[in-house]
Order: sequence, then C-alpha cells, then structure tokens
Amino acid sequence: MCNQAVGLIQGCIESAGIPSVSILLLREVADQVRPPRSLWVPFPMGYPLGEPRRPDVQEHVLLAALDLLPRHSTAPILEDYRPS
Amino acid sequence: MAYFDDLPFVERSFLKLYRYRRSPWKTMARLEKPLSASRGALITTAALHLPGQEPFDESIRGGDWSYREIPDATDVGTLRTSHRSKSFDRAGLESDPNLALPLDRLHELAARGVIGPPNRRHFSFMGSIVAPGRLLRESGPEVADKLRKDAVDWVLLTPV
Repeated sequence: MCNQAVGLIQGCIESAGIPSVSILLLREVADQVRPPRSLWVPFPMGYPLGEPRRPDVQEHVLLAALDLLPRHSTAPILEDYRPS
Repeated sequence: MAYFDDLPFVERSFLKLYRYRRSPWKTMARLEKPLSASRGALITTAALHLPGQEPFDESIRGGDWSYREIPDATDVGTLRTSHRSKSFDRAGLESDPNLALPLDRLHELAARGVIGPPNRRHFSFMGSIVAPGRLLRESGPEVADKLRKDAVDWVLLTPV
C-alpha cells in the first residue's frame, strides 16, 4: 500500500502547484494510481533507491528520477529505470 | 521483484483485489527553474521518524494517516522506522535510511551544484494505508500546503 500512498500524496503536492516525481516499486500500482511523474525501479520491496550503503547506486536512481521533473504532459509520465 | 506475481500469495491476492484510488491531480505543475537553482524536498512513506518523535500507530484501523517532519539537518543514521507492513525486508532500511530518504545524496548533489540547497524540512508517512480518506482530505493537503509555503520548487517521493 506504500506505493498507493506515495501516488496519492504526490497528487496533493502536484495539485498545490509543486512539480513532483515518485520512485515506485510496484508496476501494477503505478499503472492504476497514475501519479503525474514516476520512475519504476526493478528493486525488491523496501529498496526504492536500490542498495543500502551504495551512494553510487542511490545517486544514479535519484538522478534518473529528477530527470523527469522538467517533463510536462497532460497524461501521467511513467518511465522504467535503467541501471547503468 | 516489483510485480504482483513476485509477492507472497496472501499479499498478492489482496493487492490484486484491492480497489486503488486515483492520484488526485488534474494539471501537471511546471518546474520554473533549472534544477541547479531549485529547492527540493523529500517525502517517504517508510514510516521513518526521529528518536524523539512518536512512532506511527500500527493499531489505527485503515492505517495511520499522520506524518512526521524531518529537519534537513537530521543525521540520517539516527532515523528509525515504525512501519507496520510485513511485506518488505527492513534490513536495508535499518542499515541505511538513505535507501528511502536519501538526505545524504541530496546534500552531496547540492554541494556539487547539481541541485540547489534542499528545503529546511522533509516529511515521512507510514504508507500502509488501506483506507486513505483522511490522507487525501487532511494530512496530504496539509503537507502540500507547508511545502508551498516553504516555496519548494519540486518534491521527490519514495515508498518502501
């Protein structure tokens, strides 16, 4: 339910006029909740930034998500994360 | 991982039958500044909290919709999680809370000028909310209003 909660809070943020992006772990939930911008990552539940104590991996995921922020659309933007 | 079919049977069955709510946005907001000059904030649903803050309440039927403010200057290693969900492995989060609230990564990017200085505060929820009415009516808009008053330029959100 964490993924739904993220998408719902994200909708509140976007509705307040603040651009937002989420990292989501469950593809089916992303498809149904439809937050404005999200990056789907192929990591286990509990590991949204990839690996603990791996700043390089965490930064790569973070930057991939931030890359979506300037994008603008009338439909939800859902991208797949591609590990380097 | 990360597809329903990868999850244990009981959880998979629940998630397949659950009636999901749609994210309540109508128009996408625009990023008005380059990232290097913008102020960002983080929101996680990992139920992270400071040692002195009240843990999230596992006993609330439908899920605890409250939130905790996490100051930007927080030492990430001091954060604790009180998440009630049994559906994820906590070992990674307990060993490095940056896994869900990447404050250290945010500060490193800001120090290199990739992003502007982070907001003075970030927010944590417990995502295990099956009845999200009060999240949508109360705490979600309340946090959005706080971030709007903080004049943040963007928000990044993570689940666990």
